[in-house]
Order: sequence, then C-alpha cells, then structure tokens
Amino acid sequence: MTAEYIIELKGVHKWYGEFHVLKNINLSVKKGERIVICGPSGSGKSTVIRCMNYLEEHQQGQIVVDGTELTGDVKHIEQVRKEVGMVFQDFNLFPHLTVLENLTLAPVWVKNVSKSEAEASAMKYLERVKIPEQAYKYPGQLSGGQQQRVAIARSLCMNPKVMLFDEPTSALDPEMISEVLDVMVELAEDGMTMICVTHEMAFAKRVADRVIFMDAGEIVEENEPQAFFDNPQNERTKQFLSQIIQH
Amino acid sequence: MTDKHVQRPDLPPPVSEVGAVGWLRKNLFSSYVNGLMTLLALWLLWQFLPPLLDWALFSANWSGETRADCVGEGACWVFIANRMDQFLYGFYPAQLYWRPNLAGLVFIALMIPLFIKSFAWKNWLGAAILIVYPFIAYLLIHGGWFGLSEVETSKWGGLMLTLVLSAVGIVASLPIGIVLALGRRSKMTMFKSVCIIYIEFWRGIPLITVLFMASVMLPLFFPEGSDFDKLLRALIGITLFQSAYMAEVVRGGLQAIPKGQYEAAASLGLNYPKTMAFIILPQALRLVIPGIVNTFIALFKDTTLVLIIGLFDLLAIIQLALTDAEWLGFDTEGYVFAAAIFWVFCFAMSRYSIALEAKLHTGHKK
Repeated sequence: MTAEYIIELKGVHKWYGEFHVLKNINLSVKKGERIVICGPSGSGKSTVIRCMNYLEEHQQGQIVVDGTELTGDVKHIEQVRKEVGMVFQDFNLFPHLTVLENLTLAPVWVKNVSKSEAEASAMKYLERVKIPEQAYKYPGQLSGGQQQRVAIARSLCMNPKVMLFDEPTSALDPEMISEVLDVMVELAEDGMTMICVTHEMAFAKRVADRVIFMDAGEIVEENEPQAFFDNPQNERTKQFLSQIIQH
Repeated sequence: MTDKHVQRPDLPPPVSEVGAVGWLRKNLFSSYVNGLMTLLALWLLWQFLPPLLDWALFSANWSGETRADCVGEGACWVFIANRMDQFLYGFYPAQLYWRPNLAGLVFIALMIPLFIKSFAWKNWLGAAILIVYPFIAYLLIHGGWFGLSEVETSKWGGLMLTLVLSAVGIVASLPIGIVLALGRRSKMTMFKSVCIIYIEFWRGIPLITVLFMASVMLPLFFPEGSDFDKLLRALIGITLFQSAYMAEVVRGGLQAIPKGQYEAAASLGLNYPKTMAFIILPQALRLVIPGIVNTFIALFKDTTLVLIIGLFDLLAIIQLALTDAEWLGFDTEGYVFAAAIFWVFCFAMSRYSIALEAKLHTGHKK
C-alpha cells in the first residue's frame, strides 16, 4: 500500500441479491488525480463511486481510502466520510435549512468547528461557487444549477481530500449545466482529487487525467482522454462513444 | 423581418375578474350547481340561525341565583354561572383556587416570548416549558411542600383536570411515539419487533378498556394496601395508548423523506442520531403536523372517557351537576356549554397547526 494512492480498489465485487453489479473492479487513484467514469446506464459506474464512501456495501475485495479500509466498521466508515465529499445527481440539499445552514451543519456537528468559524468558511465557499447572495434563502427558492453549486460548496466545507461526483449535471436544464461545470473545472484546476461519473465528454477532455469506461459491471477500458476519445481500443467503447457523439 | 419586437403592455383585467362582483361570480355563482348550493346554504342558515341565536343569546336568562330566575323561553345560563367554579376546578378547595390560577398564569407568561419573533432563546424556553413546567404546575396544584397544603388528585376536576390529562398525554406521547416510529423502521430486529408489538397491541384495544384495566385490574397486581394514585394510572394509560397512534403518524412522515436525504447526511459524516435529529425528524414532523394535531385533538376529547373510572373531568362534572335536584332539566345548557368549551380548545389547536405549517413552509418545492 503506497501513500501516493488516496483511493485503492482491489478485486471489488458487489451483488444486489442475485445480480452481479460490480465484477472485479481494480482502480487506484493518486492524490490530485482527476478521473472521469463513463458508460451506459446500468453499467455500475454510480455503484463504484458509492462504494467509495460506503453508501453501498461491497461483498468481496478491498477498498482503502486514505489509509483506512472500508469494512462494516462504523468508526472506519465515519473516518472515511469525513475525508470524502460527495455530490449527487438530485442535489439532496436539506430543504428545511437555509443555504448557510446546509453548509455549516456538518462542520459544526461532525468536526466540532465553532459556529462563527463554520459560517465564515461557508461564505468563502459560497463565493467560490459564485452565489454568496443566496446564503439566507432556502434550497427550494434556488434554480437547479444554483442548488447543485450549493451542494458542491456544502461538500467543500468539510475540507475533503477527495470529491466524488455522481452525474452532477444529469438533472439540470441545459442552460444550467455550464455554471456547474465551470465550478468543477475551477476545482480541478485547484488540485482537488476528483472522481466524476458524467456524460459531459467535453468536461472529460478538458480536465480528466484518466477516463474509465465501464460496461456490465466491469472496467472495459481506461486511458488518457486524448487517446481514449481519439483511439478507443475496445469494441464496446467505440460503440458507446459513437452513440453519444452522434447528437 | 426588420421590425423590432416590442413587448405589449399589460392590460387591466376585465370587471368579471376583480372587485365584489367578480368575487361573487367566481366563488358563489360560478356555475348552476354552485349557485344552487349557495342558495340552499343561505336558506338553511335563515331557517336555523335565528332560532338558535334567540335561544342562546336574545331570550336567554343570564342573571340570578336559582332556577326560579329562569323564566324566559331561552337558555338558562344561570345554571352554568352558578356552577362555574365546580366546572372549572372540580372539588378543589375554593380558597385555594389561586394555585391552579397561578399555574395557568405562569404557563401563559412562559408562552408569550415564544410568539415574539426576535426572542433568541425560543428553543431553550420551549424545552423548559415541556420539561420543567409540568413539575412547577404539579407542585403548585398538588401542594404538600413549602407550607402549601396538600390537595389530593381525587379532588382535582373540571376543566382543570381535562387540561392536566390532555397536556400530559400530549407532551408525553409525542416523544414516546417518535421513539416507537424510529424503532419500527429500525434494522435491529428485536427492537423493531418490540415496537411493532407495542403499537399493534395498544392500537388494537379501545381506550375504555385501557382505562378500566388501569383502574380495576392494575391494583390486583400490586401488593395489597399499596395505593397507586388513580389519576396517575389514568395518565399512564392514556399516554401508552396515544403514543401508539402518534408512532404511526410519525412513521408516515418518516416514510415520505427521500433516500437522498439519508445519503447526503451520511456522505457528510453525520451519524444516525445526528441525521435523525437535524435532517430527518425536522422534515418528517413538519410533514405530519396535520396528523399530529389531529391526534392531539382526538386525545383532548378522549380524556372525557375518564369519567368511567370515577375521575370528574369537565364533561363528567357537568353531568354530575345535571343530577342535582335543584337544577334538573337543564341538560341542553350543560351539554351545549361542554361542547362550546371543547370546541374552543380544539379549534385553537387546529388554527395553531395551520399557522405552524405556514410558518415552517420553505421555498416552492416539496
């Protein structure tokens, strides 16, 4: 186990009942690396990143995040979740709390940061995602793009070492996608370790160090974006790419 | 296509949309059926309202001492006025009425800051009212310390008893209900089974049975001579019974919270108690405010059943007064008065629930 890898998956298998969703996944992510995972729906790409903070349980293999192995042990799980931020397709903001309260809740109650300190850092991150003026509104009063940027800021408030993005733009109207992607690009440029499940190929080309293509629960192909898009090796990858580029 | 598009100015709405005429047309006579219903309702009001008002107000007898003062056609409110003290306090000693009165005043005084917007310690005060106030009220009303003479619970009665029963039932059944609801959704099989058995047991039997059990059966299980306060037994029975209903109402709210909320909380590192306390319960309880208040209202009215175990709540003490040979035949006045008091309290709870829903509503979604 070398320290340069922040996330390591070794021979990970997962079943939903009889259904074999993940088949022998091996993946090592270096500190500062940006990885994009793509693939057709049902290929297991969301499941993979949801295993990385134990929202899903794997049945076989080893997942080590920042030196902590994810087993059923609650202490380990909580340790990992403090270090790993996650952004969801449906934002999952807490609708009964204001934007600012959404951002300060976890720092105050998980990391025991004082309220004033948490608010100061929350405002800093709201400025970074360019919506400080919405701090006292409720999530239901914001547009989808704004909500997703709040969700990103909420994760950043925990100072995570890794950010997981689970199709962060799939639930957004077209004109709102770019405001979210802009924030993600900036985050990547600042050196954040990121693992993104996304269909935004332009984003992948621009920021990814590595693109991983999954199909039917397996990693089919992985490569640098240039080579991945220009010269895919596997037949299934070629087919997938031709389908999404047609439009 | 060289013309520049110019936005059209807003036009004023037609008369049929605004003003008194517009309102009448839209709300009362929008269709034949609606118009017919409006006329029918007006006719019914005209038929029933004047005689009712005449009986209750205009021809009623308001002042006097005995039934001989009730000469008119209308209601004899003299009876109610004459017995008012008993209706309010039961058999509580008259010279000590100031104690329950003071307890009531303290409650009102504590509640006022909760309605002041800028008051910063609302949560703490609310918790104090829920946890500390019952003891203050008990010490005041029951006495038996610091020179206050003791007034046994068997002397408590009337509206005071109704309020004690329902307040304790309400305050105690909500937290127990929340624990049961969480338990029923728990992954711990044994805990879950216990909660399910509890809920299904208490929901499956009538409250009357529970009260009978508490008053008649329970003493059989205790050693002879041990006196276990009758009011306390009724309170425990009512609380256990209502908490099962509360549990199911709360569970309804818990089921409406999307999985994403749990996942978002988990991904931020919140553990189970914190997720429940800060994320899930505030949303779930808010969703079921109508159901919770509905249960409270039902509880408030169900307290009248304690008359079968010999406690004299508001309704029981009115019924007792009706059997007084001096005042025979004023059943209507007695029951109308009881109904009016119950209605005022229940309606207040209902309005408060609506106000609370409006206040807690955030944003446009969900």
